[in-house]
Amino acid sequence: MKLNGKKVIALGERDGVPGPAIAECVRSAGAEPIFVETECFV
Amino acid sequence: MDPENQDRIKSLVDEHGADDVVVVLGAADLEALEVAAETLTVGDPAYVGSLAGVQLGLPVVHILEEDVKEQVDPQVYDEQVGLLEMTLDVAQVRRAAATFPGRDGT
Repeated sequence: MKLNGKKVIALGERDGVPGPAIAECVRSAGAEPIFVETECFV
Repeated sequence: MDPENQDRIKSLVDEHGADDVVVVLGAADLEALEVAAETLTVGDPAYVGSLAGVQLGLPVVHILEEDVKEQVDPQVYDEQVGLLEMTLDVAQVRRAAATFPGRDGT
């Protein structure tokens, strides 16, 4: 799945990778984060 | 999956359309991954949120997958995910991601 040019829903997890970290990563891949959230599934 | 997030994601897909939208997950918990992937493709399995019965059909990937990592600036990836990559069970997450809905071409 190519990320470049895509709009990304970055859905992180508190005990995994948080949303803002995902957003930074996909931004560097040429994607635009349109939703950034860190859920807690406990 | 949090019903409030379901509301917001549904609104975003209504606004932007589903064609150019990709979901990138970060959860390490396998059950959480399964539920999130299912909710954003074939609908909320718990039938509690606004995505109950709604098949968004969004492509879902995980930030720890090799194919995703390769597209990210290595320095940024190392800064944001590097430490977590060493502590989380990456192989287990990748195996789970390989079973996300839509991966088998359906």
